[in-house]
Amino acid sequence: MNERTIPEKTESKVPATREESRVLVPPVDIFETPDALVVIADLPGVAKDAVEVRVENDLLTIKGAGKRFDKGDSIGHEFELREYYRQFRLGERIDQDKIAADMKHGVLTIQLPKVELVKPKRIEVKVES
Amino acid sequence: MTWSFFDEVDALRGEVEHAFEDFGVGRWNRPFSRISFLPGVAARAYPLLNVSEDHGNVYVEALAPGVDPESLDITVVQDVLRIAGEKPPISEDVTLEAFHRNERGSGKFVRTITLKTPVDADKVRADYQNGLLLLTLPKSEIAKPKQITVNVS
Repeated sequence: MNERTIPEKTESKVPATREESRVLVPPVDIFETPDALVVIADLPGVAKDAVEVRVENDLLTIKGAGKRFDKGDSIGHEFELREYYRQFRLGERIDQDKIAADMKHGVLTIQLPKVELVKPKRIEVKVES
Repeated sequence: MTWSFFDEVDALRGEVEHAFEDFGVGRWNRPFSRISFLPGVAARAYPLLNVSEDHGNVYVEALAPGVDPESLDITVVQDVLRIAGEKPPISEDVTLEAFHRNERGSGKFVRTITLKTPVDADKVRADYQNGLLLLTLPKSEIAKPKQITVNVS
């Protein structure tokens, strides 16, 4: 098979000073339902217990370490997995006690319920004839 | 001039191999294009693949988050591997106006690569875990490296 003269790993021995600049930015879908804000992020390679979701001062942080199967010697590669990191500022008031997150097939779904007072109230219009 | 079927096949084959050799070069300039499903842009290059091998197997690792494992259709014909599947869209109940961001994309995909190593199609194993698909393709006997001992007299 192919002979490799170049070392496969050429990572710098000096630790990166800005950790955040060496992360993957996961693509997300964010949409609103009447009572919640839903964030869906693709985090392939992240196990259920390796994902971290945090909300602090209206700042939502998604973190997780992506792991490959990493078998055998590489012949060619198109992707590399590292730490995922992304933050969002939440415009709506979120009920922080009721945040629910679920991980399935490498997709993270976060339900951020709105606090009562920002939920849209339907106002009946009465037409008197 | 007669139309030759085999020329066509060869031309296609060249294209597939070229796609395979297109590995690792800077086409990930956009923020999410590494892992997101971008129809059009990603045509024939989704899912992204890592190919590796050891003594007995060829391994193909595919980055396919949120794919319904039931929808995966993986076939091997000689040394040509075809991976097809679908990344389902978000429920239709969500209207377009409700979206703040829509970066993930969805749809059907198919990708074909030539492994360049004959594999035993009957013993291919596929595992789907955390959005990653791992195919273990045992090399066929003729492709396995033979250890040759050097006799010193």
